[in-house]
Amino acid sequence: MSAPRHIDSVEHAAATPDVKLPYAELGVTDSEYQEIIALLGRRPTSGELAMYSVMWSEHCSYKSSKVHLRQFGQKMTESMKKNLMVGMGQNAGVVDVGEGWAVTFKIESHNHPSYIEPFQGAATGVGGIVRDIISMGARPIGVMDALRFGAIDHPDTARVVPGVVSGISFYGNCLGLPNIGGETWFDSSYQKNPLVNALAVGVMRHEDIHLANAQGAGNKVVLFGARTGGDGIGGASILASETFGDDGRPAKRPAVQVGDPFAEKVLIECCLELFEKDLVEAIQDLGAAGISCATSELAANGDTGMVVELDKVLLRDDTLTAEEILMSESQERMMAIVKPELLEKFLAVTGKWEVDTSVLGDVTDDGRLIINWHGETIVDVDPKTVAIDSPVYNRPMERPSWLDALQADTIHTRDRDNTSAGVMDQIRSVLSHANLQAATWITNQYDHYVLGNTAMATPDDAGMLRVDEESGLGVAIATDANGRYGQLDPRQGAALALAESYRNVASTGATPVAISDCLNYGSPENPEVMWQFAEAVTGLADACVALDVPVTGGNVSLYNQTGETPIHPTPVVATMGIIDDVARRLPSGWQDDGENIYLLGTTSLELDGSIWADAIHSHLGGIPPKVDFEHEKSLAELLSSAAHEGLVTSAHDLSTGGLIQSLTEACLRRHVGARIWLSELQERDNIDSVTALFSESQGRVLVSVAREDDVKFQGLCAGRGIPVLRVGVTDATQSALDIADVGVLGLDELHTLHESRLPEAFGPLVGGRA
Amino acid sequence: MRVGVVTFPGSLDDRDALRAVRLAGHEPVALWHQEHDLHSVDAIVLPGGFSYGDYLRCGAIAARSPIMADIIDAANKGVPVLGICNGFQILMEAGLLPGGLIGNDHGQFICRDQELVVENTDTRWTAGFQENQHIVIPLKNGEGGYIADEETLKRVEGEGLVTFRYVGINPNGSLHDIAGLRNDAGTVVGLMPHPEHAVEEGFGPDTDQAMRNGTDGLTFFTSLALEGVLR
Repeated sequence: MSAPRHIDSVEHAAATPDVKLPYAELGVTDSEYQEIIALLGRRPTSGELAMYSVMWSEHCSYKSSKVHLRQFGQKMTESMKKNLMVGMGQNAGVVDVGEGWAVTFKIESHNHPSYIEPFQGAATGVGGIVRDIISMGARPIGVMDALRFGAIDHPDTARVVPGVVSGISFYGNCLGLPNIGGETWFDSSYQKNPLVNALAVGVMRHEDIHLANAQGAGNKVVLFGARTGGDGIGGASILASETFGDDGRPAKRPAVQVGDPFAEKVLIECCLELFEKDLVEAIQDLGAAGISCATSELAANGDTGMVVELDKVLLRDDTLTAEEILMSESQERMMAIVKPELLEKFLAVTGKWEVDTSVLGDVTDDGRLIINWHGETIVDVDPKTVAIDSPVYNRPMERPSWLDALQADTIHTRDRDNTSAGVMDQIRSVLSHANLQAATWITNQYDHYVLGNTAMATPDDAGMLRVDEESGLGVAIATDANGRYGQLDPRQGAALALAESYRNVASTGATPVAISDCLNYGSPENPEVMWQFAEAVTGLADACVALDVPVTGGNVSLYNQTGETPIHPTPVVATMGIIDDVARRLPSGWQDDGENIYLLGTTSLELDGSIWADAIHSHLGGIPPKVDFEHEKSLAELLSSAAHEGLVTSAHDLSTGGLIQSLTEACLRRHVGARIWLSELQERDNIDSVTALFSESQGRVLVSVAREDDVKFQGLCAGRGIPVLRVGVTDATQSALDIADVGVLGLDELHTLHESRLPEAFGPLVGGRA
Repeated sequence: MRVGVVTFPGSLDDRDALRAVRLAGHEPVALWHQEHDLHSVDAIVLPGGFSYGDYLRCGAIAARSPIMADIIDAANKGVPVLGICNGFQILMEAGLLPGGLIGNDHGQFICRDQELVVENTDTRWTAGFQENQHIVIPLKNGEGGYIADEETLKRVEGEGLVTFRYVGINPNGSLHDIAGLRNDAGTVVGLMPHPEHAVEEGFGPDTDQAMRNGTDGLTFFTSLALEGVLR
C-alpha cells in the first residue's frame, strides 16, 4: 500500500484559493482555468481539474469543431430523419432497417496511439468502437478499418503497417467479429501521422435500444469489466507528482492503452445477457477520459446527479491516486445504471461471466456529480459543465494562400500519350500504384467468416452482413475518402467521399440510408486547417441533404500533422445501406462467359487529383471531379431495381484509378477475362483513350448483363435517364483483359500488377499465389 | 440427433456450429463450460475461438474445464466429438488426439479458403465424403501448425489417423501437411479448418459456380446421421 496521501478535497480547495495547480501541463488554457473557477466559485480540486482537463480536451469536447458540426443537425430534413431512431450525441446512432430490426454503426479514429505503438493503438481502437456499439444495446456483428499510412516505400511505414494490421487482426479476430472491409491508402502526407479509423456495426430489436442517460434517483451506478489500472493517464501523473510529490510509484505510465480482447469478448456476452434480461436502465462504455467521462455524461444526459465512492473502484494497481483513477483509460470497462431491486440479478449475470463488478454509488436528482475518496468529497460539480457545456471555440479560419495556385495547376494542359504502347505503359504504372493494390496482404489476416452472416467482404465494393436469417434482410457498408481530392478542394473532397461510399453501397444492390463520418484534419490552431475543416463539414452536410442520408454520428480527429505540415484533409465517410435479401446482392466481378458489359454514366476529362496524375506525373493540382447528386441517386435506384429483378449479374463502381482499375478488379474477382472496346465511349463522350481509361469522373458503374436480359436492362436505364453504353463482353475462355486498339493483358500479369506492392514492402503474402 | 456445442468464455464460432448442426437436420443443444451436464446429447462439437483467452497455451485451460471431464468420459465411451480449430487444440490438450499445435510458421494469423483432401472416411464426421475427396473450407488461425514427435507421426500415418491434409498450400507449417486427425475408433475428429463456415450457400468459400457458394463443410454434420459407418 502507498503511504497515506494528502487529499485535495473540496473543503480544502475552498480554504486554499491560492494553491497553484499545474493546469497548463494538463492542456487547460488560462481562460479555461478561469472559467472553471467561475463555474465552481472556487479553485477546482485536483480531481475536478483532472476531470475538466480531459473532458474539455479537443478529443472529448469537440471544442474547435462543434460550431461547424452543428450544420449536420441544422440541415437535416424530415425525410432524412425518417429512419433515424437515435441521432448524434449518444454513443452511436441507430437506424431502423425494417422488420423490427435496428442497426447501429459508427466510425472512430485511433490515429495518434497507432503511430506511437501501432499494435496496441490499433487494437484498442477496435475495442473502443465495439464498446460504443454494445452501449447502444446492440450485438456487434462486424468491424471495418479505414487505414492511411505514409509512403509505401518509407522505412517507418514498414514499422507501422504490420503493427496496425496485426493489432486490428488480433483484437477483432479474438472478439469473433468479421472484418468485412475498409480501405488502405499510402501517401507521404500521413508519414508521421497514420490514420487508423475503425468502424463497428451492431444489430438489435427496436425495443432493445439503450441510451447513456442516468435516470431514477436511487438507482445504482455500477462499474464492471476489467479492473482500473494506470494506462492512458499521462496527464494525471503530472497532477500526482507535481502537486503531491513522488513516493516511489512507477514513474512512467504508458501513454497508450493496452487491450485485452478476451476480457472484451466476455464483456460483450455479459452485456448482451444483461440486456436480454432487462437488467440495465442506462449504459455507457469507458473510453477516453474513463470514469470522468462515464459519470459526467450519464448524469448530464439524464439530467440528474450522482454520488460515487471512488474507493469502490476495483484496481489493478492500488497505488493509483484519485486523479489517476478518474482519468485512467483502462480498456474493457462499462458503467451501468441499475435499479436497486435488480442489482442482485445483475450481479448474478456478471458473476456467471466472471466479470469484476463494483457498485460505486447512486443516481441522485440534485444535478450534482459528487465523488468521494477516503471519506472526503473531492469532486462536487454540475455534470453538464463537464460533459456538455464545454468551451466552444470559433477559431480563426483562412482560405490557404497556396490554394489558388494549386487549383490552377491542372494536369489537363499537359500532352497525353495516346499511342497503344504508351497507354499500355500507363496502364501498368497506374495498376501498380500503391493505392490501387489489392488489400489481400492485410485482409488475409482478418477473419471475415465468423458469425456466418458475411455475404460480401473485401475485395467486394462494400461489406455486407445478413441481419435476419429468416428473411435474408441485410446491411452493406463502405468507407471512403480521398485525401488528394480533399487537398485540392476540401468542400468538394468531402462531397466526393460521400458520393463514392454511397455508390459503393449502391453497387451491391443495397439502398444507402445513413452515414457515419470520421473527419481527420491537422491542427485547428492553424487557420488554414480550420478553414479546410469548416469547408469539409459544409460540403458533407450539403451532400447529405442532396443524397437524403443523415449523419448518425462519428468522430473528429484534429492535430494530425507531420511536424508543422497538416495531413491532407481526410473526411472518411461510411455509408450504410439496406438490402431486403442478401441473396440478391450484386457481385463485384463477372462470372459467366459471353455476358455484355455496360458502363453506366458518362466520362469527362477529370484527371486532376487522380491516381493517373500521381503515377505518371507525380502531380497533385487542379480541381477534383464534379459530383451530380441527382444522377448518383438515380444510379443507386437503378442498381437496386436491377438487383431486385435479377437483371444484372455483377456491378462494380468506378472511382480511384478509373475504368482500368474497375475492369481489372472485375476480371480478377473470379478470374474471368473480358474483351473491351473504347471507341464508342470515346466518340460519345468526346474523350481520348487516356481519359477513357484513367479519368476519375463520378457517377459511373460497370455492370454485366446476361444476353437474355439485355433489352429489359436497357429499358430500365432509359426509363431512369441513366446513360448506358455497351463497352465489352465477358470472356471466360481466354484468361485476359483484351482492350481493342490498346492491347492485351493476361490475367496473371494483371494479378501481379494488382497484388505485388504490399508483399514487396511488408513481407510475403501467406498462402498467396507464387 | 441431439448435437451439443460447448461455449467456453472466449468461444467465437459456437453460434456458427449450432447453425451448422441445425442446417444438417439435427437438434442443436448449447452446452456451458461450467456445467457437468451434457444434456443427453448424441454428439458434441468443440467450436473455434480463443477459449479462456488462450492463456497458457491454446486450449490448455479449456481442456481442464468442468465440462471437459464429462466430454472425455463420453468420448471414451464412443460419443462422437468434433473439435474445430480451438476445439482441435482442446482435444489435443485433453489427450484425445495425439500431437500438438503451435504458432503458424510465418507468424501471422491467416484467413483463407483452404483446399483439403479427406484421407479417411471411416469416422463419424467424414463418412459422407468420398475417399480422397478434395474439399474447400475456410481456415483461420494463428496457431495451427501441427507438430508431433517422430514416433507419433509414424503412428498417425501408419494407423491411418490422418483424416485431412492440406492441398496446394500448407498454410501454417504443419508437419506432413496434416490438417486434421481422428482417434482409433473414428469417433473423435479434430481439424484446424472450419467446416461450420461452409454450410450455407452465399456465406461460404467461393466456388467455380458462384461467389461464396461452397458448402463442403455441411457433410461433416450430415455424416453423423449415417448409420453403420463405424467398424
